[in-house]
Amino acid sequence: MQLGELLLVALQSVRANLFRSMLTMLGIIIGVASVITMLAVGAGARGAVDKQIEALGAGLLSIRPGQVFQMGVAKASEKLDIDDVTALLTDGATVAAAVPERSGMEQIKFMNQNRNLRVVGTTANFAVVQDYSIDAGRMFDAADDVAKRAVVVLGAKVPPMFDETAESIVGKTIYIRGLAFRVEGVFREKGTTGFRNVDEQAWVPLNTGRYRLFGTTALDLISVKPMRGVGMQQAIVDIERIMRREHQIRPGQNNDFSIQDPRQFLDFQQTAANIFAYLLASIASVSLVVGGIGIMNIMLVTVTERTREIGIRKALGATRFSILVQFLIEAMIICLLGGAIGVLLGLGVSRLLTAVAGWQATVSLTAIAMAFGFSAGVGLFFGLWPARKAARMDPIAALRYE
Amino acid sequence: MSTAGEPVITIRGIGRSYAMGDAVVHALRGVDLDVARGEYVAIMGPSGSGKSTLMNIIGCLDRPDTGEYTLNGRQVARMGDSELAHVRNREIGFVFQTFNLLQRATALRNVELPLVYAGVGRHERHERASAALVRVGLAERMHHRPNELSGGQRQRVAIARALINRPSILLADEPTGNLDSHTATEILATFDELHAAGNTIVLVTHDDEVAHRARRIIRLRDGKIETDIAHA
Repeated sequence: MQLGELLLVALQSVRANLFRSMLTMLGIIIGVASVITMLAVGAGARGAVDKQIEALGAGLLSIRPGQVFQMGVAKASEKLDIDDVTALLTDGATVAAAVPERSGMEQIKFMNQNRNLRVVGTTANFAVVQDYSIDAGRMFDAADDVAKRAVVVLGAKVPPMFDETAESIVGKTIYIRGLAFRVEGVFREKGTTGFRNVDEQAWVPLNTGRYRLFGTTALDLISVKPMRGVGMQQAIVDIERIMRREHQIRPGQNNDFSIQDPRQFLDFQQTAANIFAYLLASIASVSLVVGGIGIMNIMLVTVTERTREIGIRKALGATRFSILVQFLIEAMIICLLGGAIGVLLGLGVSRLLTAVAGWQATVSLTAIAMAFGFSAGVGLFFGLWPARKAARMDPIAALRYE
Repeated sequence: MSTAGEPVITIRGIGRSYAMGDAVVHALRGVDLDVARGEYVAIMGPSGSGKSTLMNIIGCLDRPDTGEYTLNGRQVARMGDSELAHVRNREIGFVFQTFNLLQRATALRNVELPLVYAGVGRHERHERASAALVRVGLAERMHHRPNELSGGQRQRVAIARALINRPSILLADEPTGNLDSHTATEILATFDELHAAGNTIVLVTHDDEVAHRARRIIRLRDGKIETDIAHA
């Protein structure tokens, strides 16, 4: 019996019991949709994390001030300062570079427009260590810092706010807290790091910020780049030792600072995405198995219902094999139709997740092929037994079946 | 078609028994039977006489426990399942009391079915099946399903289907059992015509009137042939 014939007979049978077939497909549909979504979410989360790691730059540790209580009110400790940076650079055996930062929200005025943006005071090596590149103009240098010059470098998205381009705004004057600053340069777009949008910030030399804007020596962040080949944990131990010494913290006393690996935060995100994917994977496997059992069940019913037909076909010359293949194909058609609907549903759910959760859940062709493979496999596995039952029927008994 | 008179069915000492719970039922106890090409044979006997078992064995739906069965020159008694399926497809045309048409398929599709299993291509299948239906007078009803046909029409579809692969024997099991007497007469007339055209017919019935249309009547009792009488 030719394949075309078999497909035709199977399709007719599925169509003859359309509603029943659709109900039978439900498990497969949910299973396949889960597989598709699972793979899309997994890929999307990985993509998002990779992008953020890229934006954060290669393996920097953050030292932030701890919290102190004054009159029962928690506030950031003011103890992190430039001496810590010096100590880390001179004594830190694992420290390759240390970049201090002090930032605050400031009013920025240009022509007749103004914005409230984060202004970061930092040292000249900031761009190199944090892996920022200049789009137009130049980064301020150590001399600017020492001389406390009123110069500023802008994030990529700042010039458009004032209807300027990176090139056109360089050399012009903007006002921060009413003080005139010369725009020295504009950074290339960096993208979000998950904390804040760094492209909407402005950078000034640390000393300029300290004396002209913030009026404090306290830092709110020191980014440390460990030496090449030094593990993060080792670097953290080294930094903690130096910081405790500098802050004269006695053994047993708590740190008044914290050291974080920003990647830890990303790990949490990755873990959350993984948990979601595992959850979907378990839904997928459960519904594929349940769907498969449903198909086996309905195929057993079909075989019994069509005992007479099987007898007739056998009397007219159908071999066991052709009966087996006939019912197997029928089971697989139900599964593959379910699979196709499941793929569409999965695509829809992935789109929805992208829109709602902000994950770039991308459905790959591999995922679709895999989903089809799964459903064909389920059809084959769970269809085999009913088909075998049909194939092994005694033609005499089958012909007599009422 | 081969010449009349040469043997189509040669059965020697076949026996068949079934286990019914603890008891063993001997349905056939050593049957010898020869049917020549072109013969019209009726097999009769009360229920339990073994005539259904004999018919199943002749039709290659069942295998004898003992004895030899040669069908059109081929030993079929020891054949495997797929070989038997092939023999059923090429050598046997079945006509059943209950017609046994596929309910979901049209008359044409039903008649095509043996050709499907014989591996005949779509186009040739269609032509041959249409021609067969025209021959039994159902040109107008070709695309109707069995439930839209009368009993007589259904049986004629079944006859067209049975003959489509030009089998060695036409095996009919109570072909008029579900028909009214008028339609039954028509169907029996069709059998007469088929016999006249040279077909070998083996008909199983318990109806004397039907049996007397045949030229030879074999009576079975308790799994053995009781009488084997030829008449004009």
